Amino acid sequence: MTKRIYITGIGIISAIGNNVEEVEQSLLAERSGLNGITLFPTIHKDKLPLAEVKLSNEQMVELCGKESDRFLTRTSLLGMIAGKEAVTNSGVNLEDGFKTGLISATTVGGMDRTEGFYKEYLSDPSKGRLRDIVNHDCGDSTERIADYLGISDFITTVSTACSSSANSLMLGAMLIKSGMAERVIAGGTDSLTRFTLNGFNTLMIIDKNGCKPFDENRAGLTIGEGAAFLVLESEELVRTLKRPVLAELTGYGNANDAYHQTASSPEGKGAILAIEKAFLVSGLKPSDISYINVHGTGTLNNDLSEGLAVEKIFGSDVPPFSSTKSYTGHTLGAAGAIEAVISILAVKNNCIFPNLNWAAPMKELSIRPVKNIIKNYEVNHVLSNSFGFGGNNSSLILSKP
Amino acid sequence: MSNAPVYINGLGIISPQKTLEKSAFLENVTGSETNILKCREPNYKDFVSGDLVRRMSRLIKMGISASKVCLQDAECQNPDAIITGTGLGCIEDTEKFLTTMINNNEEFLTPTSFIQSTHNTVGAQIALLLKCHNYNITYVHRGFSFETALLDARLQIQESDFINVLIGGMDELTTNSFNITYRLGHWKRKPVNNLRLLEFKTKGSIAGEGAAFFLVSKDRSSKTYSAISDQLMILKPKSAHEIITKCSAMLERNNLSTNGIDLVILGLNGDFQKDKIYEEFLTVFPDSDQVYFKHLSGEYQTASAFGLWLGSVILQRQSVPEVVRLKGKFDQPIRKILLYNHYQNLNHSMILLSQVS
Repeated sequence: MTKRIYITGIGIISAIGNNVEEVEQSLLAERSGLNGITLFPTIHKDKLPLAEVKLSNEQMVELCGKESDRFLTRTSLLGMIAGKEAVTNSGVNLEDGFKTGLISATTVGGMDRTEGFYKEYLSDPSKGRLRDIVNHDCGDSTERIADYLGISDFITTVSTACSSSANSLMLGAMLIKSGMAERVIAGGTDSLTRFTLNGFNTLMIIDKNGCKPFDENRAGLTIGEGAAFLVLESEELVRTLKRPVLAELTGYGNANDAYHQTASSPEGKGAILAIEKAFLVSGLKPSDISYINVHGTGTLNNDLSEGLAVEKIFGSDVPPFSSTKSYTGHTLGAAGAIEAVISILAVKNNCIFPNLNWAAPMKELSIRPVKNIIKNYEVNHVLSNSFGFGGNNSSLILSKP
Repeated sequence: MSNAPVYINGLGIISPQKTLEKSAFLENVTGSETNILKCREPNYKDFVSGDLVRRMSRLIKMGISASKVCLQDAECQNPDAIITGTGLGCIEDTEKFLTTMINNNEEFLTPTSFIQSTHNTVGAQIALLLKCHNYNITYVHRGFSFETALLDARLQIQESDFINVLIGGMDELTTNSFNITYRLGHWKRKPVNNLRLLEFKTKGSIAGEGAAFFLVSKDRSSKTYSAISDQLMILKPKSAHEIITKCSAMLERNNLSTNGIDLVILGLNGDFQKDKIYEEFLTVFPDSDQVYFKHLSGEYQTASAFGLWLGSVILQRQSVPEVVRLKGKFDQPIRKILLYNHYQNLNHSMILLSQVS
């Protein structure tokens, strides 16, 4: 297992920008993407914030350039845009004959259109337009993205709640290390839906005033949407084709908290195990980490549990950390990949993006997140955490090439 | 990836047939005239405590029970990984939350069905009951869902020093999911007897469901059913030729040719159009015995897990139940089995199985 995994391209769409450049500008300008609800009619309008991508489906269809895509789900459209940007950004030629895979991740799949179908279906089982339900399953969005990019050598979809796309990057790395693929486009996509908004709302973990991760007065998360994909290539391919490298995926680990279906264990056991595995794979030690992009959802439970895990691993020497969910919202299945891209932008800019909306330190923790942007800071290795329902904990380490 | 095989050292499967008990092997199979094959469910209280059972939806109970039987069968306490594959996950919970949300106009909702609708619920619940902190992943890609779980298990065993990996493929059928997929043309228009599935030359199949778990191990044990040497996943193949070419290449890298395959297990589902590709595929296996299984399992995204169970038990018992025989003499020892399945002609997959003597 000594083979290295290089990242040669990134693509992203989120509440803070429709491409890498816009996202980078928003991060540097400390501009949050949280907004009032405009995407769909809901009783929560004007009461709860969201982090919406600022494009309608019609505008995304136009960006994708195919009128026939107008029946696609929002999850597919987001993924197609970010996937295409990753490929373009890397400059890779997908027709060069090297074995290429696509691994996507999603939690809602085509639920946005299913909601419309189901309303009619419930009133009469013979009603509801079939074109609104046929794209419901998670695999559909991945096949749409694969068709759009022209990838067919290997394709699959991960769904492990909010750690989904961190896990698609892990599988991508494994495929390349094993020699099963030479290049993998890996990431995830999730659109906002009434289903997820109401689901998280019933758990009473949505902050009415927008998420304030790691703040003493935090009251929950803000749900967001988006997609991000990364082009992973083998060391050999990068050398043979003299490919420019943005970053290296040096470490990854997944562990299960095995404590509760939705809550994290008080001591963050799963988080600690996932971080330790990532260190083991990378050969790095805690003191090598320049910055932690924490999961930091803004819920009472996550931030305390994750904070304690970070204190346990890093002791008295915790590196600067922030939750960029204060910019993008919690993008669920896309979060791992979106935050991997943001981590790479931190490496590229030698900059640590702040934890927006933060004011008061948590009384249970001795650590506090980065409040104001730190520029000209050597960022060599970033630890990025993504934790999900079902105790699913994943950590990635992204490094300067 | 190296050619080192992995071994199936334990099985647990809940299906429309009596498959959970190990005593019989597809004797007295279930016949139905409804185009729907639902699982024969055990008494779940034999597997999970009463308090927990009440809160769990059907797929969770099926998954947990099948996984328990599998781990007991393999005499494994705590696997190094739990990897599940499912097309739609706990669809009953998804429907429940969606229906309440729509009917109550987003008010008076409770979180349980939302929580359980998450696709990794079954894998997570297994981990929770075992207190298993190890690698835990769920794949959700149509007819590649279970296949990716198997592939990941093989990768982890070969690249990450894992010894025992629990994998499972599961999907449940609900009235609504049947109705909607019926409208989408997945199922036969007229009721047919499942045991005569291939006699009706019409479009559509019959609906099924199941939860099948396997302990995939690095080493053989006294329990070993079969060895898995290789697998293939082909997305939207352009022709039977492409499938045959890729299959031949896989056999070649395993030092086999088509006539080295003693038995072919096919995912024939009775849809006369979608089944054609199997017939074309079989032209290169003139001497292999042929077996099919979807008249017993029904069609669903992770039905190939039923096929893998069937192949593994055939190899271990060296006997082929009458009810799955399609064509052949069935009078030779069975050393190599090729399982070939496709889902909606989108996701084609193969698994190469060997006898462990």
